[in-house]
Amino acid sequence: MTVESTAARKPRRSSKRTSAVKTTAKTSAKTPQSSEPELVQLLTPEGERLEHPDYSIDLTAEELRGLYRDMVLTRRFDAEATALQRQGELGLWASLLGQEAAQIGSGRALRDDDYVFPTYREHGVAWCRGVDPTNLLGMFRGVNHGGWDPNTNNFHLYTIVIGSQTLHATGYAMGVAKDGADSAVIAYFGDGASSQGDVAESFTFSAVYNAPVVFFCQNNQWAISEPTEKQTRVPLYQRAQGFGFPGVRVDGNDVLACLAVTRSALERARRGEGPTLVEAFTYRMGAHTTSDDPTKYRADEERAAWEAKDPILRLRTYLEKEGAADEAFFTALDEESEALGKRVREAVRAMPDPDPIAIFDNVYADGNPLVDEERAQFAAYQASFADTAEEGK
Amino acid sequence: MAMEKMSIAKALNESLRKALDNDPKVLIMGEDVGKLGGVFRITDGLQKDFGEDRVIDTPLAESGIVGTAIGLALRGYRPVVEIQFDGFVFPAYDQIVTQLAKMHARALGKIKLPVVIRIPYGGGIGAVEHHSESPEALFAHVAGLKVVSPSNASDAYWMMQQAVQSDDPIIFFEPKRRYWDKGEVETDTIPGPLHKASVARTGTDLTLVAYGPMVKVCLEAAAAAQEEGKSIEVLDLRSMSPIDFDAIQTSVEKTGRLVVVHEAPVFYGSGAEIAARITERCFYHLEAPVLRVGGYHAPYPPARLEDEYLPGLDRVLDAVDRSLAY
Repeated sequence: MTVESTAARKPRRSSKRTSAVKTTAKTSAKTPQSSEPELVQLLTPEGERLEHPDYSIDLTAEELRGLYRDMVLTRRFDAEATALQRQGELGLWASLLGQEAAQIGSGRALRDDDYVFPTYREHGVAWCRGVDPTNLLGMFRGVNHGGWDPNTNNFHLYTIVIGSQTLHATGYAMGVAKDGADSAVIAYFGDGASSQGDVAESFTFSAVYNAPVVFFCQNNQWAISEPTEKQTRVPLYQRAQGFGFPGVRVDGNDVLACLAVTRSALERARRGEGPTLVEAFTYRMGAHTTSDDPTKYRADEERAAWEAKDPILRLRTYLEKEGAADEAFFTALDEESEALGKRVREAVRAMPDPDPIAIFDNVYADGNPLVDEERAQFAAYQASFADTAEEGK
Repeated sequence: MAMEKMSIAKALNESLRKALDNDPKVLIMGEDVGKLGGVFRITDGLQKDFGEDRVIDTPLAESGIVGTAIGLALRGYRPVVEIQFDGFVFPAYDQIVTQLAKMHARALGKIKLPVVIRIPYGGGIGAVEHHSESPEALFAHVAGLKVVSPSNASDAYWMMQQAVQSDDPIIFFEPKRRYWDKGEVETDTIPGPLHKASVARTGTDLTLVAYGPMVKVCLEAAAAAQEEGKSIEVLDLRSMSPIDFDAIQTSVEKTGRLVVVHEAPVFYGSGAEIAARITERCFYHLEAPVLRVGGYHAPYPPARLEDEYLPGLDRVLDAVDRSLAY
């Protein structure tokens, strides 16, 4: 059964593995056939800090608290959005529950001048980019199809067609290289998207042109109902080797490891050494979207096993153990979370439907007489109802 | 005034050269566009003069070509990509339709996608499968795209530069069987806007509307009809999206009859759109139903049969006769 085979491939968490954790771009390239690839881990599910020869990281207590805060607030935002969908305020929601470390770790590795091409679940990355979370809800409420200026925060619109954005990221990165800039580009996608031709083509183009792009695959084990085994017969990070660039698997529930590995890949891109594939090995704790029913295709035990690897809990354990955060910090964060939830709730409910005439806005940059004609017809049609209403008085 | 006689292929080449010269953000991308100069040599010599960074040979991956062009456009570049043949555009169709066409609207107008997609299209060169198709309606149907096709060297020269300067994505269909037709090009003055139709021949009895490769056939048909005492007006549409309906209306109000000619299958084709709109606009001016001449609802045939499939002089004249018989 697929669920069992998924479980069998899962890396076992154990502090004993401390010394064995050494999978890097370099070693993975040497051992492409490794049947159970190891992953980069810096913080165990028990909240123990590990060292890694290639991905060392040294964060201040304040930085650690910052990562914790990001994850907690992102989870709170996500929970609020899920609730709002249940209340009928959103048409759909794609929850990131369980993937906070992958998104915050990679998101906080970025510089302001880097550019992000997300799929539709990167709420945590958007948070790191300073995109107001309420902006993310417009498309799920049905008032727009994106609706923010990608250049304000260097965060492109969510992309729904699976994997398309990896090519946009690659092209953008080719442009960065042409400009002689030293910024980098990151493309987010999932394990399901790794099967798409566009992802393979983006690997080809980025390798051929040595584009400064990091491919950040959140392998959350499930593409709606299809397990990773239905997407690939080799561990995903190993795909990179065939295209001529390194791939590395990181514990996607370990925010420190995600930060360290992504930072390293971004620096590599900046140095002009080309793309890297990062596979964040994580788990989608919730449904694919609010329309999905994961109880039909996966076992409760599997979810329970991943619950024990929760990214937020392990960092909290570490913070407490290290004395890096006191009770006042957690209390204040609780309050901040509630305030965020309230703000999001109120913002969504206050979000107006767009003016119907907006259907015709921005179809073309340089205008189009057909659109103008249809806009005028539509306006006249709308106005005819106003006349009728007046006549009725 | 600088008047030069050149082929459509040369006019496109000169036009691209000028575009590269005028704006350092303009890029040429595609399969074999570099050293070879493209399979039709439209980009001949451009890589030599502008370098591999401006004239980029790409992997053989159409979705990749268009998808990366989108990314480059987001970074501020103006990519002009070549799809080698009409039938090869479909691997890129997803990127064109789901991404390129819609991104400007999705960003509420905050970003622009100045991407030109050049597609040599149409039949008549005795090619193998997938090398002779006319898929323009599939693109014209998609909001956010603009679709144009020149029929002569002067239009090829100017429309290409206008397409490159446009902030909208443009699907630029090049009539491949006309690449070697020569014509006068006035290289100093822009003749008119990109999306305006032009009157290729004036007449009073009937209007023929065509674009790209069929304009020449229609002009020949009009000349033949003239010998029989019929005065045919030929309108070169130039742009299939948007369509210059005003120009067609003006002509039909004068002639009272309309025949639309294109290589693409008639069913759901651009002729259907023109017939419907012109019937709405000119119902009381029409002396006959709008007729259409075009390809059949069948796959483009093997080369030995393409002369039967493609509208030629006789089929156009037959439609003219049918219209005039009402």
